[in-house]
Amino acid sequence: MAGSRIKLELSRVVQGESRLGVLKGLGRTGQHCLEVPGCLLYSHLGTVPHLTQDTLHTLKNIPAVTQVTLSSVAEHQEVLQEFKGGFKKFAGLHDTVVYCSLHDPAALCPPGYTTNKTVSVWGSGGRIELTVAKFMAIQKTIQPDWYQSMADGETWQSNTSRKRLRKSVDRTLAHLDECLTIHQNSQDLQGVEVFGVVEGGDILEERARSARETAKRPVAGFCLDGFQTGSMDQTLRTQLIKAIAKELPEDKPRLLQGVGRPDEVLACVEAGVDLFEGFFPFQVTERGCALSFSFDISLDPERAVLELNDDETCRAGEGQPNGEVTDGDQTQMTSFEINLKDKRYHDDFRPLVEGCGCYCCVNHQRAYLHHLLVTNELLAGVLLMIHNTAHYIGFFSTLREALANDKLDLLKRR
Amino acid sequence: MSLKKTLCVASPLTLRIVAECPVTKARACDLILPHSAVSTPVFMPVGTQGTLKGITVDQLDGLGCQICLGNTYHLGMRPGPDLIEKANGLHGFMNWKKNLLTDSGGFQMVSLVELSEVNEEGVKFKSPYDGKEILLSPEKSISIQNSLGSDIMMQLDDVVSSTVTGPRVEEAMHRSIRWLDRCIAANKNPDKQNLFAIIQGGLNADLRKACLDEMTQRNVPGFAIGGLSGGEEKDDFWRMVTLSTDHLPREKPRYLMGVGYAVDLVVCVALGCDMFDCVFPTRTARFGSALVPWGSLQVKHKQYAKDFQPIDPDCPCPTCKRHSRAYLHALFKSDTSAMHHITIHNIAYQLTLMRSVRQSIVDGRFPEFIRSFMKQMFPSPDQYPSWAVDALASVNVTLE
Repeated sequence: MAGSRIKLELSRVVQGESRLGVLKGLGRTGQHCLEVPGCLLYSHLGTVPHLTQDTLHTLKNIPAVTQVTLSSVAEHQEVLQEFKGGFKKFAGLHDTVVYCSLHDPAALCPPGYTTNKTVSVWGSGGRIELTVAKFMAIQKTIQPDWYQSMADGETWQSNTSRKRLRKSVDRTLAHLDECLTIHQNSQDLQGVEVFGVVEGGDILEERARSARETAKRPVAGFCLDGFQTGSMDQTLRTQLIKAIAKELPEDKPRLLQGVGRPDEVLACVEAGVDLFEGFFPFQVTERGCALSFSFDISLDPERAVLELNDDETCRAGEGQPNGEVTDGDQTQMTSFEINLKDKRYHDDFRPLVEGCGCYCCVNHQRAYLHHLLVTNELLAGVLLMIHNTAHYIGFFSTLREALANDKLDLLKRR
Repeated sequence: MSLKKTLCVASPLTLRIVAECPVTKARACDLILPHSAVSTPVFMPVGTQGTLKGITVDQLDGLGCQICLGNTYHLGMRPGPDLIEKANGLHGFMNWKKNLLTDSGGFQMVSLVELSEVNEEGVKFKSPYDGKEILLSPEKSISIQNSLGSDIMMQLDDVVSSTVTGPRVEEAMHRSIRWLDRCIAANKNPDKQNLFAIIQGGLNADLRKACLDEMTQRNVPGFAIGGLSGGEEKDDFWRMVTLSTDHLPREKPRYLMGVGYAVDLVVCVALGCDMFDCVFPTRTARFGSALVPWGSLQVKHKQYAKDFQPIDPDCPCPTCKRHSRAYLHALFKSDTSAMHHITIHNIAYQLTLMRSVRQSIVDGRFPEFIRSFMKQMFPSPDQYPSWAVDALASVNVTLE
């Protein structure tokens, strides 16, 4: 495979691990770029949940890359085949880069369905079993700008045996090699990039081996799998990612799957991750919550303390664990959000977040959102998705700023 | 808008008749209301709980909507009139800058809720949220609507299903007149909010005529034709509509409540109605049913899985400009936004239809419009609904 067009230009590497830069050469014509650390735009079948193009484009600085999952697309293979124009055209996506992942980070798969030759995804009609051949056939109908290779990632449970983990690394490498062979011989996939997937569960040697071996293949970047929120605590995750990073080339991007909480994002950036899946705002939206954590690093310390207190009193009576990782339950509310269904918001006429310039905060108030949630109105999801996405994008923007100006510590304190 | 400045502030409603069809009873008007002008004939989408089901106010505005509905019963329950008043009325609460019409809550009393008793006082019912007994009187309904701050308020009427016959219909008609007077007296904001009367009388021509005679003596800025669109025979329906418009003043708007199917809209414009509302277009959208000039399209059906055309190739709405039937079909399996796409399209369809109707009246070619509309909607003339043929014939329009 010819040298990948995707180029990671690093402008800073902090303490040998955190990286700041720009991912260039994205898309078929190579004209898109994505700043790192950054997040992808999460979608269901190419649509950001709840949003149409009008509502989506009220957002500024939308990530240039949209993530599409095989779990939503696979069942439409026949339709795409007949359509012939590729997924982007099918979905009416005009100006974005499409990255195709295997799984939906917001929907955990039931375990026990991978074999030596197959993995499974779950569509609206049930389970779809994929061999590499079928996987690649679907990629040909999708024609993404880049995709992750087929991988055996069923290792996120904490009691997976060493033998099983070794198998996941071996299988994933075998899948990768098969994918690459088909890829290199396919006209339809010319110009499309492939990311290898690093497996190995919670065993350092397996992680290192997976990373080392994957790095030998001609891939454009690396997905780090099996680190999903809830699968392990952050200390271990950081340790493993650092070990992986040592085996990976500096100039290729690392995409961490299944991690979206701001505190975990920060820690993983420090360990050497460049890209994250952008599903966290969606999860927050689905539980009727609004992201409200402050990430403003330009405040003077005194005001900063006041803001922090305000947020805390908002969450005070709710008895939520403060930023702790719960037992893999991604649906649990975090300390980064406010629960708008709470009665206290029923006559709160402030915007969701003071100073947030998103469509929701400019036009609506907490009391209105509360009403929409209490009455089960569809608009709640629309407005919350807009705000939560805007807030999250803002967080990443500040994260990059902090990295550029050595203010990462300030950000961590928030 | 300089027009606003030159108008008499004392009246929050002015109707300017722009054109009258020389053949039918149709009119095209400019209805000047406190928040903006409204071009009639107009279809008003229904935003029951202070929201139009998944559509932002910007999107609604972008589609050209100038007036939509809020529901007094629902909003009176949740979040309640006091909270909405604190939020600067329903306009402030939902951030809608154009016009709002609120109904009285009367229809929900009948259609939704376990009715305890209707008497002269009002409608007594059990709240579905805490089981408490609540009395909705004319005064209470107007009080809530005053808090909501809508541009047009509806009187509380004694609502009786259109399929009911006998003395109850007459009782309800007379009571509605008395309740109209109580509503007029209770209106705290006659200079900002317009109170419309609602003509009752069921399907009985004499009762309806009696109601018309009485209610038109009251000085209200507009009249609604109520008690219809509830499952009665269409043959009776249109006769009551045309009887009503025959006896309503020319210079005040006529609002036919609960009418929203395309054919019904076109026919009732011909019979002299100016304003319409219905949940149908937005409700059916959420089930994947897209309205088109030749009927409707069930996007969720298998036959559209590989149909790469837009819903309507001639439709300029955001949905049709970007998406195909096949994509929407697939999207229904993945995300709620599929509903929003269809909702946007259906509202666009309704508003475009009314715009075309209005233009044809202004251009003096409404009868031709009706004929080509019917041709597009039905595969052949023998499929034209007979009630529509009769109704149109009564206003001098012969279909093939």
